[in-house]
Amino acid sequence: MDLTRLEINRRTALLTSAAIAANVINPMRAFAQDTPRKGGVFNVHYGAEQRQLNPSLQASTGVYIIGGKIQENLVDLDADGKPVGVLAESWEATPDGKTVAFKLRKGITWHDGKPFTSDDVAFTAMNMWKKILNYGSTLQLFLTAVDTPDPQTAIFRYERPMPLNLLLRALPDLGYVSAKHLYENGDIRQNPTNLAPVGTGPFKFVKYERGQYIIADRNPDYWRANAPYLDRIVWKVITDRAAAAAQMEAGELHYSPFSGLTISDMARLGKDKRFIVSTKGNEGNARTNTIEFNFRRKELADIRVRRAIAHAINVPFFIDNFLGDFAKLGTGPIPSTSTDFYPGADTPQYPYDKAKTVALLNEAGYKPGAGGTRFSLRLLPAPWGEDISLWSTFVQQSLQEVGIPVEIVRNDGGGFLKQVYDEHAFDLATGWHQYRNDPAVSTTVWYRSGQPKGAPWTNQWGWEDKTVDKTIDDAATEVDPVKRKALYAEFVKEVNTELPVWMPIEQIFVTVITAKARNHSNTPRWGSTSWHDLWLSA
Amino acid sequence: MRILSLAGRRLAASIPTLFLILIGVFLLLQMAPGDTVDALMAQMGGGDAASARELRQFYGLDLSIPMQLANYLWRLVRLDLGFSSIYGKPVASVILERLPPTILLMTASLSFAFFFGLVFGVIAARGVNRWPDTLISTLGLIFYATPSFWFGLMAIVVFSVYLQWLPSGGFEDIGTVQSGVWRVLDIASHLVLPTLTLGLIFLAIYLRIMRASMLEVLNLDFVRTARAKGLDETHVVTRHVLRNALLPMVTLIGLQAGTMLGGSVVVESVFSLPGLGRLAYESVVQRDLNTLLGIVFVSALLVIVVNFVVDLLYARLDPRIQADG
Repeated sequence: MDLTRLEINRRTALLTSAAIAANVINPMRAFAQDTPRKGGVFNVHYGAEQRQLNPSLQASTGVYIIGGKIQENLVDLDADGKPVGVLAESWEATPDGKTVAFKLRKGITWHDGKPFTSDDVAFTAMNMWKKILNYGSTLQLFLTAVDTPDPQTAIFRYERPMPLNLLLRALPDLGYVSAKHLYENGDIRQNPTNLAPVGTGPFKFVKYERGQYIIADRNPDYWRANAPYLDRIVWKVITDRAAAAAQMEAGELHYSPFSGLTISDMARLGKDKRFIVSTKGNEGNARTNTIEFNFRRKELADIRVRRAIAHAINVPFFIDNFLGDFAKLGTGPIPSTSTDFYPGADTPQYPYDKAKTVALLNEAGYKPGAGGTRFSLRLLPAPWGEDISLWSTFVQQSLQEVGIPVEIVRNDGGGFLKQVYDEHAFDLATGWHQYRNDPAVSTTVWYRSGQPKGAPWTNQWGWEDKTVDKTIDDAATEVDPVKRKALYAEFVKEVNTELPVWMPIEQIFVTVITAKARNHSNTPRWGSTSWHDLWLSA
Repeated sequence: MRILSLAGRRLAASIPTLFLILIGVFLLLQMAPGDTVDALMAQMGGGDAASARELRQFYGLDLSIPMQLANYLWRLVRLDLGFSSIYGKPVASVILERLPPTILLMTASLSFAFFFGLVFGVIAARGVNRWPDTLISTLGLIFYATPSFWFGLMAIVVFSVYLQWLPSGGFEDIGTVQSGVWRVLDIASHLVLPTLTLGLIFLAIYLRIMRASMLEVLNLDFVRTARAKGLDETHVVTRHVLRNALLPMVTLIGLQAGTMLGGSVVVESVFSLPGLGRLAYESVVQRDLNTLLGIVFVSALLVIVVNFVVDLLYARLDPRIQADG
């Protein structure tokens, strides 16, 4: 019998909880328990395989959960959500915001033994972040060059001012560095290193068995002293959510990230002492549920109809009965977890008020016709999560009550994106808006006009507002953090008034993790970070 | 020699069918909204239009549909299955990797279903309308009516979570590197639950068919003759009835070999097995046309081979049927 199986059998699990109980009584033992323990294998639930594992090329949690342990970023977020250096030691921007200089850490080597230098940063920034990385290409649009006066200095030069606080909040996700010597020849997209990543991180890639598992082992030459603690991380490919929950219970998995289990299983495991089920450590991955309106439908182009639809839906009721503790009432595109930009709830809101809905619809001229029907709509729900499916049914029933029959049209991922963001074949669409720590990364594109047709999760509503466009553009290049925050508050007020997209629910991913894990969920994007300090208690 | 020429003729006859199937699947997938780049965007959580355009070029999606189809068929003629867009390597090697688990699971559960279906079918037929028959038929009905994902999950909950007898998923143990007999045993232990889950539903069908066909043969004249000759009952059943009653069972195996490949998507997902069913499902969701067509191609080949073997078995079981008839 192997070590993993031994660790997880139920008897030892019970003994562990007994030991934890004993610690409460004996503080000396509690102290001994909290001394980090070296060793152990950490088994992670991997729900959806990606086409590659290099986070310099693809910004998504499915890549970070693996690549983020092997490769490292220039900066990450600390426990309070403030930028903290990883590969970069310090940084400085010129007052005009057009130059940002990063001082890099000395003595770091790639897993293949070659030294890490500013050349790697310059190469990655110009060839990957600017050209291939999703969201990176938008962020670095005005990046003209990266100068490398010495191996420890990388100077980013921009054509237009780059707010330092935007860059530092975007780089944890969009600032992973790849090795120049492995990528400089040939097509970057087809490079075999993409599936066998080489980095500077605490874990070294060992093996990827497609459809089964990925293994990474401890990097003995890691630059942080005494890190990492774990011997090995194994990501197990399990596509069935219920089966993954069973494997958690059988002890064959230690961690299921990013709401990987069903809502009912997460609620059930939350009552089990062997697991911790929490939204903690996912604050940096906030998302909002949306209702996207297609302005090509004349009814929906009328602001009174959009507001009427919002007033018709009892959001608190939906959250209480279907999502429970894992969600809260949203107030707009910037979620309350964003301490730097959240403008408060003092913007136009649309509480449940059926009388108001009826009044607004009548006023707009859509009186009930035969059978009480005012007009009918097609709703396209995204297939990303069961909350969206529940929400679309709830919307359907709520609107039925006010005389708007809704037909729900379900698609898989590719089909949904094509129909909504390219063919515009929808009346209402609903999915998630992902907030990435700064509104300029992936939020304002939902509202800024002039988005190319077919770009997913952007303004494809057939709606244009010059005032909103100007606020977005001003904020994107405003280097003064205080003024920038004020501009985004203004932006939220404007879009909540016009309501091209309604974002009434705020959610954070849910983590399910073994109670034996220590130093977990201690930063706002923990699932994506390097886990250099994670350890497993006996 | 006769067998070889028969095989050759069979293969030649199935080639047009194969091409029709492939063209059909190709066109069907064109009707699904979105392509592999849309699916990739969905996975990435966004991307800009310029890189989408570049990606379409990269995957060869900028060509017209007839051009893409012609390219594909031309490659196929040269026995090249193309490049998988989700795996970034040749489709042939992707499928080859997934083939062993699928074939293992398939043969294991088919054998399980065939053997126990046969045994229980005979027992039920021998005690028709008495308690063994009622018990077996009722159980069969329950197995048949239960969805396989539920069976699988319940099996995991009972045998992996509570009893901890068997692993809950995967093809083999990752923690330790095993070789020889130990590896075989390890893989076997991982396949017990999936085999049972997949096999139970087929078991129900087999035992119903076996029971009905036994009952039919038992009433034929030659059975009465055998009994009149003074043969004991065991002899009559094994030598005379069973052999004749097996024909419908063998037909069924031929038919179901194809179904089992598709039917294992659910079982493979529940037990996290790296099989062809899951690969096919993933290829549809990711709009990976080459991989999907490759799987259809391989599955069709497999069905043709199995049916060929079934034809040979017919001739062996019943000499009146000629292999070339």
